[in-house]
Amino acid sequence: MKVVAEGVEVRIDDTIIIDRADLVAEPGCVTGVIGPNGSGKSTLLRCLYRALKPSAGTVYIGQEDIWRAGARQAGLRTAVVAQDHDLDNDYSVREVVAMGRLPHKRLLDRETRADRVIADEALARVRMRWAADRVFATLSGGERQRVLVARALTQQAPVLLLDEPTNHLDIGAQLELLDLVRDLGLTTVAALHDLDHATTYCDRLVLVHGGRVVVSGPPADVLVPDRVAEVFGVRSAVVPHPLTGRPHFVTASRTRVPRPSAG
Amino acid sequence: MPRTAGSSPHLVAGPRYALLLAGLVVALVFSVAFAIGVGTVDVPVGRVLEIVLAHVTSGTGGPDPLADQIVWDFRTPRVLLAAVAGAGLSLAGVCLQTLVRNPLADPYLFGVSAGASLGAVVALTTGGVVLTGLGVAGAAFAGSLISLAVVFVMAQRGGRLLGSSLVLAGVAVAALGNAATGYVQLQAGPTELRRVMFWLLGSVSGAKWADLGVPAAAVALTAAWLLTQGRSMNALSVGDDTAAGLGVNVHALRVQLLVASSLLTATVVSVAGGIGFVGLIVPHAVRLVVGPDHRKLLPVSLLAGAVFLVLVDLVTRTVDRPNEMPIGIFTAALGAPFFLVLLRNRKKVWR
Repeated sequence: MKVVAEGVEVRIDDTIIIDRADLVAEPGCVTGVIGPNGSGKSTLLRCLYRALKPSAGTVYIGQEDIWRAGARQAGLRTAVVAQDHDLDNDYSVREVVAMGRLPHKRLLDRETRADRVIADEALARVRMRWAADRVFATLSGGERQRVLVARALTQQAPVLLLDEPTNHLDIGAQLELLDLVRDLGLTTVAALHDLDHATTYCDRLVLVHGGRVVVSGPPADVLVPDRVAEVFGVRSAVVPHPLTGRPHFVTASRTRVPRPSAG
Repeated sequence: MPRTAGSSPHLVAGPRYALLLAGLVVALVFSVAFAIGVGTVDVPVGRVLEIVLAHVTSGTGGPDPLADQIVWDFRTPRVLLAAVAGAGLSLAGVCLQTLVRNPLADPYLFGVSAGASLGAVVALTTGGVVLTGLGVAGAAFAGSLISLAVVFVMAQRGGRLLGSSLVLAGVAVAALGNAATGYVQLQAGPTELRRVMFWLLGSVSGAKWADLGVPAAAVALTAAWLLTQGRSMNALSVGDDTAAGLGVNVHALRVQLLVASSLLTATVVSVAGGIGFVGLIVPHAVRLVVGPDHRKLLPVSLLAGAVFLVLVDLVTRTVDRPNEMPIGIFTAALGAPFFLVLLRNRKKVWR
């Protein structure tokens, strides 16, 4: 299912946070939204589901305007791994994952055996089934993110949105999560910080800067050294990865030359 | 401490949850019957049930007019009001704690009780000069609605309610209301002052059948609606963005929960005064037992709140017979130790 944002604008008290942004995420592809802190990438992502209503512009999932289709419809089409999971409550992992069935349920529907099977399979898919009866908040950061992906899978939506999913994770957990997301084969849009991850895991990138979409396209076309210098203020290059041979995006500070430790 | 598969981290789960629910229903029926029987004149539980049954089935009293009057006219409405108030305040507490995702949220967070207190105290001290026809309950209800309206207007921005602004505006309005109440209190005479203190600490004494209707209807209506919202409230309790991602209409749900909790609190406070602690602690205690899932949390809180307040009211009128104490003193005095024990016994969850 295709995701299209057209002329999305977000204003808060006359300040323009997102300025006429366009975004297209092709079915089955991973689209990365990148940009410096405060550029608006999370805000743009939140406009792709019903977390934030743009002051102007339209977001289509498939053929339908998400603000016309209703909240439940949106929940059937897009699953979200957001950044706001409150850890003060003692939901078990099983309860967290079961929440993914919400848009499939009518008001008084009970959880059925089929729902439980779907949740269990999702947990198995992210290799977290062993933790079903643990309290979610007690898991490690990487484990929690995998459980949230399992909840998204339980939602059985064709589109997956991830808001900086690798934040605060150690490098092993980051790569594990990104491998997992990549292998799901869903229409995926992820706000990402790490430009090498964006290069490695995304089919297309959308570069956001100062609330505007500067450019979008394949990673090699988006992350050219001049543009990276302008937007992120760093020098960059793409080199063959010594282990995999794939393009590897590397950066260096623009001003300070790293010194070898003085003997 | 590895956990074996299939064991929920919550104290009560699976089939034991149904047992707990049934147990609470039984406990409610028995505590109500027992509380109706106990008082200055004790009436045996069997006799109580006989009289109540006679009224409910045939609309007539029993053979003994005195016992009938004590049971049906005085104690039954009082005990039922305690049950309704306990249920209503507990439900309101669940709503608000979910809504603002703050464990310290209680039904009085938005200045409801401060506004109600001001209205009631004005009515009690000026004795109907200013608020003729409203009565104490009516004045309290008006006061709570006014304070709620002020809080909502202050906390909304472009039609959206912000959780943090709600809390802050509520605190400010409550402080303002309390200041005004304090001033009015100082102007009151000694006899008025005692009535005022009694009302402020909350009481179900002197409840009449006529007091029961509005809060009972409010609790029944909102409880029926809330019980359909368990899944959405679970999502909201985790986060606004998460809830939106799961297909919840977050803004609408927030407004609905606010209206529901305000309705519950205002109707209860206006007849029973500012009964503290129930709405704060019952939901937390229930979470420690059945976990945070609202589909369990809501019904158990409703029943546990009702049983708790019926029993506390029983204590307030038996501990120092024939004198009565305000119920608010004992909700905290009895509830806090119980809660602390629960907290200590909280199942280890590798925090």
